[in-house]
Amino acid sequence: MNFSAYLTQGYYDELFQENGVPRPDAELLIKKIESLPENDLLLKQKAAETALLQMGNTFAVYGSKEGTEKILPFDIIPRIVSSSDWQTIERGLKQRIYALNLFINDVYHDRKILKDKVVPEDLIMSCTTYRKQCEGFNPPKGIWCHVTGTDLIRDNDGRFYVLEDNMRCPSGVSYVLENRQVLKRTFPQVFADSNVRPVEEYPNKLLATLENLAPSTISSPKIGVLTPGMYNSAYFEHSFLAQQMGVELVEGQDLVVSDGFVYMRTTKGLKRIDVIYRRLDDDFIDPKAFRADSMLGIPGIMEVYRLGRVAMANAPGTGIADDKAVYAYVPKIIKYYMNEDAILPNVTTFLCREDKERAYVLANLDKLVVKAANESGGYGMLIGPHASRQEREEFAQLIEKNPRNYIAQPTISLSRVPTIVDNHFEGRHVDLRPYILYGEEIYVLPGGLTRVALKKGSLVVNSSQGGGTKDTWVINSEPQPSTSEPPLESQSRLEQPFSSQFQSTTSKQSKGGSDA
Amino acid sequence: MLSRVANSVYWMTRYIERGENIARFINVNLNLTLDFATESNRQWKPIIMATGDHIEFEKKHGKDYSSKNVIHFLALDQDYPNSIISALRAARENARSVREIISSEMWTHINRSYLEIKESASTDFAYTNPHRFFRTIIMQAHLFTGLLYTTMSHGEAFQFALTGLLLERADKTSRILDVKYFMLLPQAGDVNTPYDSIQWAAVLKSASALEMYRKRFHRIIPKQVCEFLIFDSDFPRSMRHCLKKVELSLHNISGTPLGTASNKAEKSIGRLCADLDYTDIDEIINIGMHEYLDALQIKINDIGSNIHEAFFKLTLS
Repeated sequence: MNFSAYLTQGYYDELFQENGVPRPDAELLIKKIESLPENDLLLKQKAAETALLQMGNTFAVYGSKEGTEKILPFDIIPRIVSSSDWQTIERGLKQRIYALNLFINDVYHDRKILKDKVVPEDLIMSCTTYRKQCEGFNPPKGIWCHVTGTDLIRDNDGRFYVLEDNMRCPSGVSYVLENRQVLKRTFPQVFADSNVRPVEEYPNKLLATLENLAPSTISSPKIGVLTPGMYNSAYFEHSFLAQQMGVELVEGQDLVVSDGFVYMRTTKGLKRIDVIYRRLDDDFIDPKAFRADSMLGIPGIMEVYRLGRVAMANAPGTGIADDKAVYAYVPKIIKYYMNEDAILPNVTTFLCREDKERAYVLANLDKLVVKAANESGGYGMLIGPHASRQEREEFAQLIEKNPRNYIAQPTISLSRVPTIVDNHFEGRHVDLRPYILYGEEIYVLPGGLTRVALKKGSLVVNSSQGGGTKDTWVINSEPQPSTSEPPLESQSRLEQPFSSQFQSTTSKQSKGGSDA
Repeated sequence: MLSRVANSVYWMTRYIERGENIARFINVNLNLTLDFATESNRQWKPIIMATGDHIEFEKKHGKDYSSKNVIHFLALDQDYPNSIISALRAARENARSVREIISSEMWTHINRSYLEIKESASTDFAYTNPHRFFRTIIMQAHLFTGLLYTTMSHGEAFQFALTGLLLERADKTSRILDVKYFMLLPQAGDVNTPYDSIQWAAVLKSASALEMYRKRFHRIIPKQVCEFLIFDSDFPRSMRHCLKKVELSLHNISGTPLGTASNKAEKSIGRLCADLDYTDIDEIINIGMHEYLDALQIKINDIGSNIHEAFFKLTLS
């Protein structure tokens, strides 16, 4: 398979320049792919899918008696991010998360930003994710949003924009780690020679972030990942992270509040737990504090939490910062707290609660993307240019009925990456979700989840709507210590999965000088 | 460790062992068909009788105890909860809920085994190559046990895994012995004929015990076969050996020295082990083999309930 018939069709392509020449960081990969024997790439694709299936990274397809399980579709052509692009992304995300954390803290304490009328007070107070129970609360070290997955997109102008902030329970990082494992085996030599930044340190960084929350008096805090259970679609990720960090994976039924602390039910009686990485929405954490019908939560845990006797990541109440109407104010929020301009721009956003903007939105529904302020997963969304007249009319009514709950954005032509379709390549639209951890400092994982809309022409990348994933290679431009490996050409003959992996291992060992 | 997790680890290995032993069960017959090609048809019914699920079988297949029907029922029937495929599915679901506790190798292996048997259910491989099919299933279970021993720390979770595995194995060895009882019933006249000793050899083979038995007793004598499979202290599938190891694991979990008991599970396993230490095969023959095995299975079930009571039950404080 080669790229001779591949067209960028006027879109920004992540691997090719407009004139059809590979971008510098993608050259090695493209060359390798074109040099593969006929059908080899398809076999590699098949092998990758089998590997993912056997790792069990699957979700159940509901309603089928056979218990069909599927992997999230995975395309082996990686998305490559240049070092300079990444530097902007990293700086921009650190800035954004730092400011949003200050914002959340401010809203639950003095509300200075509301009093100064930078963000309208009624907008915040009408957030469905606002938690009265968190007013006046001081989370350990002042950190509310420990784990964030921010959705970025790249427009035709080549710039990255922030599309969404996910401050509650962002998922997908396990795909980043597993996709990488599989892809390393798929293109071992190209991978080794492309100077890709590793993603494998994420579990360690996450563990450090969680340990940072434990009271300093506890030398080895007991940490757990709280999952809704094995029937949750992200269960694989919950168990994967617990396993990689070597901490407990707990369900609500495993925890109990007793005399002011949270305990795990163990074979040796009750054992105290200090930090909980909860992958359960605020609503379900504590039937006493939030939804009374929650069967998944731990009755009374919020009271323990407020007394500082158990820590939680993310803190309840962070949802106010990823409300899509609040999103529109993030550049102002950054300016307000940091006196800086946002490094990563927002997408132009129209707030339907504002009369003028709503009038514009209603008049231009065929050009805009409309989103409900609190939905995710690609639900509650209208893509104007692709929608029928009837769908647009339905949305117009929804907006009129509840303007607060809707925003609109221009339809952005997301950038594309070559993707295997049958037996050739076609461009498919992608976004990028990097993961940010707020511990002792703010850390951005060099990589991220590239989601790809597999349907031709589609702009919706969510897995629930026919999306898949790709590995994301962030290139390190720092000069690397020279290796004793011969250049690629002379080795390409050897690039059988086993021999080449074996080879790179031995050469690494010899560098260490383990003569003794 | 978490009670829920201990429970899942215990059931994960129990189900793996269960799947393996159903394959061993069927192997009794496959071994016999090699020796008596013509007798083979008539011989599939006792297998189902020994499972106690003949009513369920007949609901689906009537009185047609053909090899194909029996193999399908015991190995590949997804609606029948005691089939191999159902056992592997349950093992996998338990493994899935404790993925962070077991090693990745264990998980990948169990996942893969299940996916493979599920795929084979849509072909007729099991009926056309039964020897290979069931050998593969047994070997996959062994591979899992190997991974359990060599890739997972031998801490508390491991002890629960071992407890589940060995309790199940003790129970299933008793049932393999029982298959012979059901075969024997229609033709008491066969007792002590060459035919009889071939049947006993098939039973031994199914428990991978033929060579080890011969090292100890040389000639195949029914009484000694029973003695070997029930009482031998060294053979790893004998009931006494398995139950002694269960006792040890339970004491490793609680930290209580052997000979004392800190919970009902330890008490009941201790009592049963003492019983096995001081019973001999002649007493059993006086009671009746089938009756003795029946009673033993009930005691093993009681130990299971006591383990549940002592470690898994989520009691509200």
